[in-house]
Amino acid sequence: MSGIEPVLSVRELAKSFGGVRAVQGVSFDVAAGEMLALIGPNGAGKSTCFNMLGGQLAPDSGAVTLLGRSIAGAKPREIWRRGVGRTFQITATFASMSVRENVQMALISQAGGAWNPLAPARARHVAAAEALLAQVGMLEQAGRACGILAYGDLKRVELAIALANGPRLLLMDEPTAGMAPQERIALMALVARIAKAEAIAVLFTEHDMDVVFAHADRVLVLDRGRLIADGPPHAVRNDAGVRAVYLGTDDGAEGA
Amino acid sequence: MLDLILTQMLNGMASASSLFLVASGLSIIFGVTRIVNFAHGSLYMLGAYLAVTLVGAFGPASPLGFWGGILLAAFLVGLIGIVIEVVILRRIYQAPELFQLLATFGVVLMVQDIALAVWGPEDRLGPRAPGFKSFVMILDSRFPSYELFLIAVGPLVLGLLWFLFRRTRWGTLVRAATQDREMVGALGVDQRLLFTSVFGFGAALAGLGGALQLPREAVTLHMDLSTIAEVFVVVVVGGLGSVGGAYLAAVLIGVLHAFGILIFPKITLVLVFLVMAVVLIVKPYGLMGRKPAATLPGAAGIEPLLTPATPGAKLAGLAALLLLAAAPLAVSDAWLLTLTELVIFALFAASLHVMMGPGGMASFGHAAYFGLGAYGAALAVKWLGAPMEPALLLAPFLAGIAGIVFGWFCVRLSGVYMAMLTLAFAQIAWATAFQWVELTGGDNGILGVWPSAWAVPKAVFFYLTLAICAASVLLLRRLVFSPLGYALRAGRDSPLRAEAIGIDVMRVQWAAFAIAAFAAGIAGALFAFSKGSVFPTYLAIPRSVDALLMVLLGGVQTVSGPVVGAFAYIGLSEQLVKLTPYWRFTLGLAIVLLVSLFPRGLVGGFLAWRDRRDAGDPAR
Amino acid sequence: MEPLLDISGLDARYGQAQILRGISLSVGRGEVLALMGRNGAGKSTTMKAVMGLVPPSGGTIRFDGRRIDGREAFEIARLGIGYVPEDRRVFSELTVMENLSVGQRPPRQGAPHWTPERLFALFPNLAAMRDRPGGAMSGGEQQMLTIARTLMGNPRLLLLDEPSEGLAPVIVQAMARTILALKGEGLSILLSEQNLHFAGSVADRAAIIEKGEIRFDGTMAALKADAALRAQYLSV
Repeated sequence: MSGIEPVLSVRELAKSFGGVRAVQGVSFDVAAGEMLALIGPNGAGKSTCFNMLGGQLAPDSGAVTLLGRSIAGAKPREIWRRGVGRTFQITATFASMSVRENVQMALISQAGGAWNPLAPARARHVAAAEALLAQVGMLEQAGRACGILAYGDLKRVELAIALANGPRLLLMDEPTAGMAPQERIALMALVARIAKAEAIAVLFTEHDMDVVFAHADRVLVLDRGRLIADGPPHAVRNDAGVRAVYLGTDDGAEGA
Repeated sequence: MLDLILTQMLNGMASASSLFLVASGLSIIFGVTRIVNFAHGSLYMLGAYLAVTLVGAFGPASPLGFWGGILLAAFLVGLIGIVIEVVILRRIYQAPELFQLLATFGVVLMVQDIALAVWGPEDRLGPRAPGFKSFVMILDSRFPSYELFLIAVGPLVLGLLWFLFRRTRWGTLVRAATQDREMVGALGVDQRLLFTSVFGFGAALAGLGGALQLPREAVTLHMDLSTIAEVFVVVVVGGLGSVGGAYLAAVLIGVLHAFGILIFPKITLVLVFLVMAVVLIVKPYGLMGRKPAATLPGAAGIEPLLTPATPGAKLAGLAALLLLAAAPLAVSDAWLLTLTELVIFALFAASLHVMMGPGGMASFGHAAYFGLGAYGAALAVKWLGAPMEPALLLAPFLAGIAGIVFGWFCVRLSGVYMAMLTLAFAQIAWATAFQWVELTGGDNGILGVWPSAWAVPKAVFFYLTLAICAASVLLLRRLVFSPLGYALRAGRDSPLRAEAIGIDVMRVQWAAFAIAAFAAGIAGALFAFSKGSVFPTYLAIPRSVDALLMVLLGGVQTVSGPVVGAFAYIGLSEQLVKLTPYWRFTLGLAIVLLVSLFPRGLVGGFLAWRDRRDAGDPAR
Repeated sequence: MEPLLDISGLDARYGQAQILRGISLSVGRGEVLALMGRNGAGKSTTMKAVMGLVPPSGGTIRFDGRRIDGREAFEIARLGIGYVPEDRRVFSELTVMENLSVGQRPPRQGAPHWTPERLFALFPNLAAMRDRPGGAMSGGEQQMLTIARTLMGNPRLLLLDEPSEGLAPVIVQAMARTILALKGEGLSILLSEQNLHFAGSVADRAAIIEKGEIRFDGTMAALKADAALRAQYLSV
C-alpha cells in the first residue's frame, strides 16, 4: 500500500478516563477500498477508539488525519461533512420516520437544506434515497417506520444512511451484533462489495471471528488499550500473542 | 461599607440554609426515585403554615412550644410526604417523565387550595424565636441572632446528611439505589420501603426548611411556586443529585440575591441569570453534578409515523374553519368572546406542541412567552402610545427574544433538567411582571389595552383573531413537515444519529424554542387586546400547566391534537371555574387521577392494552 | 429428590417480541448447570425471569418446591437466590465494604454463611482494597466483587450471567477455580456461558438455548462428545 495516501491515518492515539488508560499509542492506516477489522476482548478500548474517530469523544493526544486533514477533536457533524459515514453498535435511526425518510433526512442534511422551515421534506431527494435503499436491499420496506423494523433490517438502514454523504470512510461499530449467522455474512459481503466498487475505506469492530476472517483484508488486535497485532487475517490468527489474550490457545471445541 | 457587605453576606447565607434544606430533599428524592418533585415547594409551604399553627397552639413564648412546634411541623410534612408517595407516586414510577412531573404538579394545585381552605388568603406572620430575639453587634451593625442560627443550620444539616449517607446502612442503601435501583432489589432490599422512607425524609427536610423561615418572613400562598423556582435554579447550578452541590449553589444564589437587592434591586434576577449562564457554559450538569444516565424515552415511548393529513382530514379541518367563520352569524357576543379565547388558546397549545412533540422538549413554563406577548402589546400601548396594529406586530418579538435568550440555556439541558429550567425562567418572568410595579403596574396589571376602533366590534375582532391564529397554526404545521421539522424530530429520536449525519441538534432545538415562543407571543398579544388588560397571572405557572394539559389531552403525537385539546380543555375548565371556587383542587385531583389511572398516557395505555390483547391471542 | 430450581414452560416477551418460548430446565441440589447459547439466544432473559427482573408471560418457576414466578426480585432474593448480572453493575461510588454491606442478609439454613472475612479469603485481591470505590477497580476485580456482594446474601442458588465475558484468560481460570470452590461449599449454580472451554471445566450438566428454546439438555460429557451439536448452536 505504500505510495498511496491512506484515507485515514491514526498516529499515537491516546485517551484516559480518570487515570485509567483506555487507549494508548494506537497507530494505523486504512486505505481506500480496504476492509480493516479491529478486534479484541471486551474493554480493550475498541469503542473508545471508534468514538474518537467519529468525534463522540475527543482524544487526549495523537493525530487523526482524514485525506490529509486533521479531524482529531472535531465534532461528529463536522466529521460527517468531511466524508465519514458511521454505524453504531446499538443501531441509531429515527424511529418515528419511515425507512425512506431516514435516508432523506441524511441527504437533506448533506445538501445543506436542513434549515428550510417551509418546504415539504417528504418530496426531497426521493430518487437518491430509494437508490441507496435499493443498494442495501431495503427498498421494499421504504415506507415502514424504523421503530418497528427487525434488527437486521435496521442495520441495513443504518448502512444506507451512512452512505448518504458519499463517504470515503465508513466506521462500523459491531455491524453484525445481534444478527443471525447467515445475515451477518450477507451484510458484510454487501459492505465489502460496496467498499470495493466505490473505493471506500472501511474500519469495523467485530466479535464474530467467522465474519472477521471471511471479510477483513487486514486485522488489528487491541488489548488493554494497545495494539498487539496488525496484519493479514491468517497471520493474526496464528499469532501467539493474539491467541493468548483473545482467540485462545486451546479451544476444546475447535480441537475436537 | 465593609459592615454592609458583611451584613448582606450573612443575610444571604441565612436564606441559603432554608433553600438548601428544600433543594437537598429534592435532590435526594430525585436520586432514588428519578422523580423531580414539583410539589417540593408546596411541602415547604405546608411546613411554614403548620409551624404557624403548631407554634401558636403550643405557646410561642416558651422554647419548648416554639421548637417543639417547628420540629413537629417538619415531622408532619414528612408524614404527608409518605402519604403522597404511597397513594400517588408508587403507581407512576414506570410512567414517562412528563407524566410524573405532571402528577406532582397536580399535587401542587391541590395543596394550594387545601392551604387556602385551612389558613385563608391572608398572609400569616410567625413569632420570633424565643432565646433569639436579640441582636448581635457585628462591625457596628445590628445583626439578628436568629439569622446566625440559620446560617449554622445549613452546614449542620449538611454534616448530618453526610453522616447519614456514609455511616448508616440506610444511607448506603440509598446511595446504592441512586446508582442502580434494580440491582439493589435483586440483592434482597425492599425498594418500596426504601422509596417511601426517602420521600418522607426529603419531605421532612422541605417542611423543616419552611418552618424555620417562620421568624424571618410572612407565610403566604405564593411561597410554593416562588420557592420551587428558586430551588430548581439551585439544583441546576449545584448539580441534580449532589447534596454538596446543593449547599454550594444555595449559598451562591442566596448571597447573590442579598447583594443584588442592595446594589440594584431590579437587576437581582439578571444577576442570578448570569451566574447560571456561566455555570451552565462551564459545567453543563452543574457545579458538582454529573452527566445524567440516558434519559427515559419521551411521553409515549416510540412515536408513531407522522404522515401528512389525508384528504378527508383536510376537508374536516376546512369544515371546522368554515363553521368557526360562520359563528358570528349565529351566536351572542358573550359566546363570541369565549370562541375568540378558544381560538387564541389553540394557537398557544399548537406553539407548545412544536416544542414538545417534534422537539421532545417539555416546557413547564410556556406561559412566559404567552405572557410576554401580552405584556409586549400592553407596554407598547401604554408607554409608546402605539395603536393595536403595530402593537400586535411588535409584541411577539418580545416573546421571541425571550425565547432566544431562555432557549439558549434550556436546549443545553434535556428531560427533567430542561423542564425545571423552563419553570424557573417562567417564574422569573412572572416575578418581574409582579415586582416591577413602575413599568408593569404589578398586581394591578395594565388596563385599557383596547383594539383600534375598526376592530372593536366583537365579530370583527373574532375574525381578526381567527385569521391570524389559523394562519399561524397552519405555518407551524408546515414547519413540522419541513426539513427543519424533520431535523427537529431527528434530534429527538436519536441525537447520536442526528449529529452523525451533520445536524446541529442544539441549534435546531434552539430555533424551534424561539419559534414556539414567538408563536405563543402572537397568542398572548391577541389575548391582551381581547381582554383589554394584562395581569401577571398571564405568565404564571398555572397557565403553563394549562398549555401542557391541552397538548397532552389532544395527544403529543398528532399535529392537530393540540388544537382539539385546547378546545376540550378550555371548555371543561371554564365550566369547572364556574362550578366550584376550589377549581385548583379539582383540577389537580383530575390530573393525579388521570396520570395514576393511565400511567402510560392515554395513547400509551391503549397501545399497552393492544399488546396484551395480541399476546393473549393464540392464533399469532 | 426434587430439584432446587425447576423451570417449566417459561415464556417471556419484550413488547411484541417473544424472547423465551416454553423453556424447561432444572438445577439439582449442589449441581452446576451451564446454559449455553449465542448472544441474544435468551440466556440472560432466562436468568432475569428467574430473578423476577423480567415478568414471565407464561409457565412456572419453582424454587425449593415453592412457586416464585410473578414475585418481586427482592422477595426472590430473600428466598435464597443470588443473581450476578453479566454487566457486573457494581455500585461504582460505594467502596468494596459498602458494596458488600448492600448485599448482606441474615444467615440461612442449608446455605453457607458468608462474612466479609470469609469472602476476602476466597477473593484475596479484594482484601487489599476494602475502601476503594467500585468504579476504580479493573473488570476482573469488579466481577469478583459482584459475586462476593451476592454471596453476602447467603444464597442457596447462584445465578451467574456470563461470568467469563470480557475477562483476561488468567482471570477466567481464577473464576473457574472460584466456581468449583463454591460448588464445594454446597452451592447450586446456574451459569450462562458462550465459552464452552470454560463451561466444560466447571459444569456438571449443560443446556443449549437458541432463539428462546431449549435445544439440548444433558451432561457436559455428552455435549463435549457431540461435534455436530456444538457446530450447529455454539459457533465455536
